[in-house]
Amino acid sequence: MDFGLSDDQRDIQRTARELLGARATPERVREHAEACRTDDALWKELGELGWPGIAVAEEHGGQGLGAVELAILCEELGRTVAPVPFLPTVLAATLIEHAGSDEQRERWLPGLASGELTGAAGDAPELVHGGAGAAVIVILDGDGARVVEGTEAEPVASIDPTRPAARVPAGAGDSLPGDVAAAADRALVAVAAELVGVCDRALEMTVAYVKERKQFGTPVGAYQAVSHRCAQMLLDTEGARAAVSFAAWAADADAERLPEAAAMAKAAASDAGRDVTAAAIQLHGGIGFTWEADVHWLFKRAQLDAALLGGASAQRARLARIAGGRAAA
Amino acid sequence: MDLTFSEKETAFRDELRGWLSENPPPPEPTEGDEDANYAWRRDWQRTLYDAGWAAPGWPAEYGGRGASLTESAIYFEEIGRARVPLPANVLGLLLGGPTLMVWGSDEQKDRFLPPILSAEEIWCQGFSEPDAGSDLAALKTRAVKDGDGWVVTGQKVWTSGAQHSKWCMLVARTDGDVAKHKGLTYFLMDMEQEGKVQVRPLRQITGESEFNELFIEGARIPDDHVVGGVGNGWKVALTTLMNERAGLGFALQVRLRHLLDDLFEAAAARGLLDDPLVADKLADLHVRTEQIRLLAWKGLTDIERYGQPGPEGSLVKWLWSDTNQRLTQAAADIVGPEALTGGTRWSYELLRARGNSIEGGTTEVLKNIVAERVLGLPRLKAAA
Repeated sequence: MDFGLSDDQRDIQRTARELLGARATPERVREHAEACRTDDALWKELGELGWPGIAVAEEHGGQGLGAVELAILCEELGRTVAPVPFLPTVLAATLIEHAGSDEQRERWLPGLASGELTGAAGDAPELVHGGAGAAVIVILDGDGARVVEGTEAEPVASIDPTRPAARVPAGAGDSLPGDVAAAADRALVAVAAELVGVCDRALEMTVAYVKERKQFGTPVGAYQAVSHRCAQMLLDTEGARAAVSFAAWAADADAERLPEAAAMAKAAASDAGRDVTAAAIQLHGGIGFTWEADVHWLFKRAQLDAALLGGASAQRARLARIAGGRAAA
Repeated sequence: MDLTFSEKETAFRDELRGWLSENPPPPEPTEGDEDANYAWRRDWQRTLYDAGWAAPGWPAEYGGRGASLTESAIYFEEIGRARVPLPANVLGLLLGGPTLMVWGSDEQKDRFLPPILSAEEIWCQGFSEPDAGSDLAALKTRAVKDGDGWVVTGQKVWTSGAQHSKWCMLVARTDGDVAKHKGLTYFLMDMEQEGKVQVRPLRQITGESEFNELFIEGARIPDDHVVGGVGNGWKVALTTLMNERAGLGFALQVRLRHLLDDLFEAAAARGLLDDPLVADKLADLHVRTEQIRLLAWKGLTDIERYGQPGPEGSLVKWLWSDTNQRLTQAAADIVGPEALTGGTRWSYELLRARGNSIEGGTTEVLKNIVAERVLGLPRLKAAA
């Protein structure tokens, strides 16, 4: 048993952290968020590196790697709140690849994998965060899913300006004929992975701040009211990370356990995302409430991701059915 | 990343699982009779010992199987899974033995290890004192040099199993003139000293007495029962404490899983799984229980593969105690007033769970450890 990453996976993680550390700096993120636009130069670069297609099969123009590698990139992009439509695009690609018809795959996957097209996914009825400007939007609707052309969508502002929303006409689009539930579980793992990255960064920023900030002649991080909440942030983050690792591994290696693992990962990461980023604002004190402190981008991203494709309550309702079914059996 | 067991680990698990199913302990004696219960657990350890399963994690030269960390964890998972008791001498097997293997002399290992394994001699842990709980190094029990040994006077508390024990892992102050961590020595104290070592059971909120107070009045300890050298007691004690939760966590984690499975069944039997509030609560407990399992395995395999522990150790104990408390409290709602009637399993678990966040490191201390050692936050200067 080994929770560690392989050497190749570590390389992906290290490369992503270095690249995004240089490109998606807090200044760049703020600049693009304030202008309500994505970082097109960065997105182009990521496309050239093959990131959007990392988990898309080679026959559809991707790199053919697994859910673990995809989760690594999602986490790193979440850490920096990079203003690129990476998560929305890989969600659309995942759903189309694993539940679409051959025709749907051929039509959309090469563009999504190369980053030439962007995508998004969301729940019915019609509002999709990250959907503005997307070429293709996948709507999960009950047990099924529909593919909607982006031209049919109408842009709407989002609290996270790096993920502008889109309103899709009710009932629009073509159905995905395949196993939507299994595809959606893979998508959930990617969302949960981004949330882990958001949490990790929120904790890192908070710890750095409470070590520096002094009141009553002492770094506020020495006060247990503060330090214990930081400890809680770590527990929430590491608990979510463990659940996401399990789910990503299951997506690649143990399909039977994926539904339960994905629901657990999304439930844990959704709660952690909200709690940890809220704590980050609180522990930054008055500064945390200011625009310039940049903590709010993490809070806003966490809010969108926590709700995306079913929040913690919806996942727990599923889990109760899965685990309850075992108890009744 | 590979969350499966190797062939060797699977074989180890299957062998143990097969043995446990073929050699179950006799039924547990009537509740309430603690001596009979203890004898039953002691007999169970002898059964394990005869089959070579008392302490598979011990090196073969000391009578174990030299099992890896993963295999030891599997051992405790399987003990929990089979719902059989832990060996009676759990403190000797998990704490005393491993501490002696690190710090003991060859003579001490030869003398003390075999009867730990066979449950001939039961061990207890004399660390905490009335005024030295979380601040263990503040302990006051004194050992004064006297000829070829030491004379000990003081008081210990929370000493589980003291009434059954032959040996006590005792930390006492041997030098009052140096910094508090430096004046301590680790002894093995013979508990059979009429009038000099008195055990008084502490009645806990469950009504039973797992723990004791220990009154030590002029007890004698020979020089060759000092472990790790005079004045080195703090370091030796840390070895004991580091072993405290390593294996046990896996048995506790599986026990939590059983309780949750049973609570799901209780909810199903009452038609409550369709109640969205109950379903949400149960699913939340399910997530937390799985996180404990995953974090425990992650912590262990990281040590095994990369040689150093991550933050998981402190997190697992904290999350476990919190989850067990949430679970047993939820049971009071799901099972209903029956859960609050005397002598029932759920009422016992509800009360016993309150101790979880205090014993073996309070949650407050664990949060301090996480804040200071994992997150690197500054330490608040203790009030003078």
